[in-house]
Amino acid sequence: MTEALTQPVTQPVTQPLLRVRDVRKEFPTHGREVVRAVDGVSLEVRKGETLGLVGETGCGKSTLARCIAHLYDVTSGSVEFDGTELTGLSRRAMRPLRREIQMIFQDPYGSLNPRRRVGSIIGDPFAIHGISAGAERKRKVQDLMEVVGLNPEHYNRFPAEFSGGQRQRIGVARALALRPKLVICDEPVSALDVSIQAQIINLLADLQKEFDLTYVFISHDLSVVRHVSDRIAVMYLGKLVEVAPTEELFQQTRHPYTRALLSALPVADPDTADSREQIILAGDIPSATNPPQGCRFHTRCPKARATCAAAEPGLDPVLDDGPAHRTACFFPLTIGEDLSTAVPDLKAS
Amino acid sequence: MTASLEMLETSAPAIEGRSPFLLAFRRLRRDKVAMVSLVVIVLIVLMAVFAPLFATITGHPPNEQYRDIGLTPDGLPRGPNGTFWLGTDDLGRDVLVRIAYGARVSLLVGVAATAITVAVGIVLGLAAGFLGGVVDTILARLIDVVLSVPFLLVAIALVSVTGPSLSITVLVIGFFSWASVARIVRGQVLSLREREFVEAARSLGAGDTRIMFVDVLPNVLAPVIVYTTLLIPVVIVTQATLSFLGLGLPPPTADWGGMISASQNYYTTAWWFILFPGLALLITTLAFNLFGDGVRDAFDPRADRLR
Ligand SMILES: Nc1ncnc2c1ncn2[C@@H]1O[C@H](COP(=O)(O)OP(=O)(O)O)[C@@H](O)[C@H]1O
Ligand code: SF4
Ligand SMILES: [Mg+2]
Repeated sequence: MTEALTQPVTQPVTQPLLRVRDVRKEFPTHGREVVRAVDGVSLEVRKGETLGLVGETGCGKSTLARCIAHLYDVTSGSVEFDGTELTGLSRRAMRPLRREIQMIFQDPYGSLNPRRRVGSIIGDPFAIHGISAGAERKRKVQDLMEVVGLNPEHYNRFPAEFSGGQRQRIGVARALALRPKLVICDEPVSALDVSIQAQIINLLADLQKEFDLTYVFISHDLSVVRHVSDRIAVMYLGKLVEVAPTEELFQQTRHPYTRALLSALPVADPDTADSREQIILAGDIPSATNPPQGCRFHTRCPKARATCAAAEPGLDPVLDDGPAHRTACFFPLTIGEDLSTAVPDLKAS
Repeated sequence: MTASLEMLETSAPAIEGRSPFLLAFRRLRRDKVAMVSLVVIVLIVLMAVFAPLFATITGHPPNEQYRDIGLTPDGLPRGPNGTFWLGTDDLGRDVLVRIAYGARVSLLVGVAATAITVAVGIVLGLAAGFLGGVVDTILARLIDVVLSVPFLLVAIALVSVTGPSLSITVLVIGFFSWASVARIVRGQVLSLREREFVEAARSLGAGDTRIMFVDVLPNVLAPVIVYTTLLIPVVIVTQATLSFLGLGLPPPTADWGGMISASQNYYTTAWWFILFPGLALLITTLAFNLFGDGVRDAFDPRADRLR
C-alpha cells in the first residue's frame, strides 16, 4: 500500500486506472431547481492504490461513486477507466466493463435480495455474464465464500439468516466474483458494529493484496479512511476541497474543512500538532440545491474573508506543497496555525 | 454442560436455508381453520373431477329431463327422495348430479380467470412499476380506467353481442380483474426498484428483464399469492352472478348461478331447488375465503398479532 507513496508522484509511471474529469451530476427536484450532488470533481486513481473519499453525509460521495460505476449518467464531465471513456456508453457497450468495476454497498441489508439464496446471490455475476453454470458455478461460489470467510455450507441460506458482518462478506464475495480491477467501496463498514468494522477492513486489505485490487474507499469517518488509504480526497458539498497522500493530509493539513474534520476525530494523535483543538463549525451544511457563491465553505469557515464569498478557489497545490497535494482554498493553513481562534470576516475591505 | 450441549444442538446449522415461503407454509399447516377449508376445497375439486361418477351412481345424466318421475303431476319439482337424493329442478333433472357438474364450471372459471388475471396483472404491474416513464403513465391510466368501468354493465353488453360461452366468461372476468393485481404489483415494485439490491444487480450488468423477473418478482410474490387465493372465490361468485343474469353458459349446461336463477320462481314450493345450489356456492366461496385468510396470515404473521 505504501508503494504509491514512495513513487515519484510528479511522474506517474503508468496511466491511471481511473481518471475522472470535471464530473457533474444534477438531480431534478420537484420544483424547477436541481440538486447539484456532484459539482465538478476531478480525480485520478492509480492501479493498486486505495483512494479514500471522505466527507459529511450528503456531500455527494455515493453519487460520485455511482457516476464512476456508470450507474448514473453524468450530467457533464468524463469518466475514463483503463483508457476507455465510460460516459455515453450504452448498456450493451458497458456490459463487459461491468466485470472490471464493482461496488460494495453501504447497507448489508438493503443490498442483498431477501428472497434469494446466498449461493444464487453470489453466483449472480457468473449467471449474468454467462461464465459458468451448474456444478462449476456452485464450486466457484463456494470457493468465494471461503475466501471471504463464510462457511461454504451456508450456500442455500437466505440473507436474513446472517449477521450484518457476514452479509457484508456476502457483498464482498459478489463484488469479487468476476475478478474486477476497480472496487468502489461505498461506506462498506458504516452500518456495522465497531467491533466488526475492523474485520471487514482487514478482509478488504487482504483481498487487495491477493487479487491486486484498486479501491476507491468511501466513508464519512476520517479515521476509517486513514486506516486504509494511500491518498485521501476530502469532499464538501459536491466538490473536492483537498487531496493529498494520507500522512501528508494529516501532517500538513491545508484546508480549514479538513482540519475541522480532523479535530472531530475522537483519538488524539500525538503526531498531529493541533490534535486537541476543537473546531466547531458554525451552522448547518448548506443545501446542494442552492450552494453558496464563491468558496462553498465560506458560510462556515473560521478563516473566511470577503474574497472567499466573491470567487471560487481552484483545486491546486498551495504554499510549498508538491503536485500530489492540492487544496481549494485562498487562505490555506500553515503548519501549526491555530484555527480554533480564527474569526471569519466577510466584510469587503 | 448439558445446557451448552443442548444449545449446540439447537443452533446446529440448518444448512438448508429457510425460505420465506417454507416458513409461511409451515405456519399455514398449523392453522386449523385453513386446513379444514383446504379439505373442503379438495372435496369440492374431487366432486368436480368425478362428476360423471355421480351420474353413474344415481343413474341420472346431468341433462336428462325426467318429466314423469322427476316432476309432480302439476309439473312442479320433486323434493329429495330415494331416487333424487337432493330433489329435482323445474325440468325434472337431478339436482345432485347437476351440482356436481356445476362445480366443474365454477372451479374451471375460478382457476382459469384467476390465472389469466394474475399472469397479466403481474407482467403489466412489473412493467409499469419497474420501467416507469411513458410505459408507466399509459399503464397506470389504463388501470384506473379499467377499475372505474362499471363491470356488470359492460359484461352484459359484451355477452349480449357475442352470446354466452365459457371462454367469453373467462375473458370478461379476466379482463376486468387484472387491473387490481397490476395495481398491487406496481405499488410494490415502485418501492422495490429503489432498493439497493436492484442497483447491485445493475452494477453487475443485469438487464431490465432479468432484474424484473429474477430480482423483483420474487419480492412481490407473497402479496400476489395472498391476493390470488382471495380472488378465486370472488371470481366464482362473479361467474355465478353472470349466469344468474342469464349471461353465463348456454343451457342446458349445469352451473350453480344458472340453477339459482332458475329456482327463483319455486322458492315457496321447492326449497331444495334453491337451497342446495346456494349451499354449494356458499360453502365453496367460504372455504376459499377462509383458506385465503390463512394464507395471508401465514405470509404476514403480524396481521395475526394485530387482531
Ligand atoms: N437519486 C437522487 N435524487 C435526488 N437527489 C439525490 C439523489 N441521490 C442523492 N441525492 C442528493 O444528492 C446529495 C448527495 O447525496 P449522496 O451522494 O448520497 O451523499 P453521500 O453519499 O455523501 O451521503 C444529497 O443532497 C442527496 O439528497
Ligand atoms: S477559501 Fe476562504 S472560505 Fe474557503 S476554505 Fe479557504 S478560507 Fe475558508
Ligand atoms: Mg452515501
